[in-house]
Amino acid sequence: MPLNLTVNGQQHTVDVEPDTPLLWVLRDTLGLTGTKFGCGIAQCGACTVHVEGKTVRSCRTPVSAVGNRAVTTIEGLSADGLTHVQKAWIEEDVVQCGYCQSGQVMAAAALLAANPKPSDADIDKAMRRNICRCGVYQRIRKAVHRAAELAAADSTAGGA
Amino acid sequence: MAMKRREFLRDTAVAAGAFTLGFVIPGKVRAGAGEGAVSSAPFTPNAFIRITPDNQVTIILAKSEMGQSVYTSLPLIVAEELDADWQAIRVEQSKVDPAYNWPAFQMMITGGSTSVRTSWEALRQAGATARAMLLAAAAAAWGAPAARLVTADATITDPETGRSATFGEMAAAAAQQAVPADVTLKSPDRFRLVGKDQKRLDSELKVTGRATFGLDVAAPGLHYAVVARSPVFGGVLQSFDASRAEAMPGVVKVKQVPTGVAVIADSTWRAIKARDALDLTWDEQGNGGVDTDQMLQHYRELAGQPGFAVQEQGDFEAVAAQADQVIDATYEVPFLAHACMEPLNCTVHDRGASGGEGAEVRVGTQMQTADRAMAAGILGYEPEAVDLHTQFLGGGFGRRAAAWSDYVAEAAHVAKGEPWPVKTTWTREDDTRGGQYRPMTLHRSRLALDAGGRPLAWHNRVVGQSIDGFKMLGMEPENFDNAMIEGLKTQPYTVPLVNLEAHMTTSAVTTLWWRSVGHTHTAFMKETLFDEAAHAAGVDPMDYRLGLLEAHPRFVALLKKVREMSGWGRELPAGTGLGVAIEESFGSIVAEVAQVRVKGQKISVEKVWCAADVGFAVNPLGLREQMESGIIFGLSAALYGEITLKKGRVEQGNFNNYRVVRIDDAPAIEVEIIDSGAAMGGAGEPGTPPIFPAVGNAIFAASGKRLRSLPFRLS
Repeated sequence: MPLNLTVNGQQHTVDVEPDTPLLWVLRDTLGLTGTKFGCGIAQCGACTVHVEGKTVRSCRTPVSAVGNRAVTTIEGLSADGLTHVQKAWIEEDVVQCGYCQSGQVMAAAALLAANPKPSDADIDKAMRRNICRCGVYQRIRKAVHRAAELAAADSTAGGA
Repeated sequence: MAMKRREFLRDTAVAAGAFTLGFVIPGKVRAGAGEGAVSSAPFTPNAFIRITPDNQVTIILAKSEMGQSVYTSLPLIVAEELDADWQAIRVEQSKVDPAYNWPAFQMMITGGSTSVRTSWEALRQAGATARAMLLAAAAAAWGAPAARLVTADATITDPETGRSATFGEMAAAAAQQAVPADVTLKSPDRFRLVGKDQKRLDSELKVTGRATFGLDVAAPGLHYAVVARSPVFGGVLQSFDASRAEAMPGVVKVKQVPTGVAVIADSTWRAIKARDALDLTWDEQGNGGVDTDQMLQHYRELAGQPGFAVQEQGDFEAVAAQADQVIDATYEVPFLAHACMEPLNCTVHDRGASGGEGAEVRVGTQMQTADRAMAAGILGYEPEAVDLHTQFLGGGFGRRAAAWSDYVAEAAHVAKGEPWPVKTTWTREDDTRGGQYRPMTLHRSRLALDAGGRPLAWHNRVVGQSIDGFKMLGMEPENFDNAMIEGLKTQPYTVPLVNLEAHMTTSAVTTLWWRSVGHTHTAFMKETLFDEAAHAAGVDPMDYRLGLLEAHPRFVALLKKVREMSGWGRELPAGTGLGVAIEESFGSIVAEVAQVRVKGQKISVEKVWCAADVGFAVNPLGLREQMESGIIFGLSAALYGEITLKKGRVEQGNFNNYRVVRIDDAPAIEVEIIDSGAAMGGAGEPGTPPIFPAVGNAIFAASGKRLRSLPFRLS
């Protein structure tokens, strides 16, 4: 059954069963493999994407439930260059194997959009749904703070 | 400029003679260009370096990047001696080639925390040799003595004339130079890159989703498979009915493979759905009764009986009879799954099946040579006819150094004879229940103490399975395998008599190395036991250890370091305690102090201090990160990790019941490095072993409860 889907600003028509998880449509149908399969039951966060700016576990989101709402994946997070979160992640040398990091970056971006200056407790609360087996959690905390600083500095510089 | 093209590196044997580790600089990789193409030919002095006329320096990575940062630390070593421009380095994953073998097993392996230490000499030689040839080329071109020329950031300069050229400009001429039989390596005080914090080179790829892991492999005509496997270990398929599955949308083929039934579809999800519709009958081969509680009961019985004498230094019973006190304690650890973030997967294209040649395998693996040979054997090709491409690994931890290449072999069976490439994916449940676990293990330890509380004699009896991976490597253990007693023969504490016994058991459950292997349980046993001894002696556990390490200054230095870092001995709130542990593993020594708060039955690890001595840290930042990583990995197992079986079935399946540490229970971690100058040790694993006993000892300090089983539970 053809379904319409808007991903990273692009319209797609996909022919899949309506109960197909968004994750597999992104990965296998649209070739957007930046979004990862980790658990399939919304436990690990590797599949995190944004739907209308809010984090969603794409592995447990039927594609039919998305409707015409805008989906953003790691590939579409920034139209030009790296986001503050990505820059902070590089500065703080966060990643190791990196498999969970698309999801971590998406979760952090959504957190900062909602809360530009999160505390450690805010970070733990927002990021606890994203597992990292390499155990880079300490650097994730630091990098979220750093991304908040970068964003604040940018908005000051831009007078916004 | 008519120059005769010459071989760049003719005689690897001569070059190899110069290396202290017996690691050969391979020389069989050549520029593709023939006669007359000299000016545009890349300079490829050895299998690790390629310099093109545009001054791009590419370093070939012969190890698998699985989070441990070899993608950065190994090129760093080459770049140091080459004087390349670190900011402009490009890294390329190697093919499978004997040139990249780990000498110990004559195959490509990334494991045993060996990458940096076994590559160090060879990569330095590779870089220095290339640099010497570039210098010789410049010297010849400029009529200047090579000794006068200097190099930095991929540029050669003559300080007297001010003349300079990039490596790229000299690449073609360098390719014509004789390969020096001997090169001088930099003295460490001249290192510009090595020994200093270096950020990862693969960060941007990984924060933008552009890194290609095995599961992300794309190919024209790619098909997707999942396999229905036996619900019990060692089960055999008796019959199956695929008619419902075959009728489902997107299903292309259902076929039997040795491990079960593969469903091949046009998407992963459709394959998963169709697999659910298979009707399968299994012959459980008598393994439907495997039960870990019963196994543990059996282990406890064996612990009361003499085992195989691995090491016998005297009559323990006689000493114990005279001792002031004897601690008698049993420590138990469960099976553990690796639970890499990226579930197992492998993509195979049997090109020969559709008129092409050989096959292509794309996979995240720690063991390229063995995996390729396995796939080739199954597909019916010579190994050289199979192109194996190593992808980024979404975690390895030993699981991707698979005994008998299990997931690669299965994927080869799935794709065999098919005209299209097939990606075989394991779901999380498949991965968790797929076996190749850290073996369930029990130690019964007795430590006889004198009136002053010092050890007189130690008797340890271990019960557990051997690791299947050792058998695959040709090390057929008869009465015990080394992982069962790993580190115990060389344990550092002053004990006049140490006897080691082993009961090697068997079961249908498959076993494998799991980050830090035997040290995961030997360190837990040893460091908990000596903590118990300290308390029995009425001595502070830190002081007690220091008092038994007279002959081991590196251990002493590390313990003093974590004592200082953690403020050991300071006053703590009620219900909070510090625990210490130290372990030598994979050539490195790591001490850790954990601060734990116990409230009711809840255990919170608030902070960990870690001091590591790996001899010399090539990339201190990468090393600190590996310590953090090893600690969190161990902590997941210490607090939650447990694979159990009932009726032959693994009870855990996903992160909801195979729990791991999340950010809100991850402690802050401080790491300090001691560069002792000792022989270089490993980094990936040594951070893991001490965290188990450090946390357990801290729980005791916080609550007075001595926990001897993992995972730690206060109920």
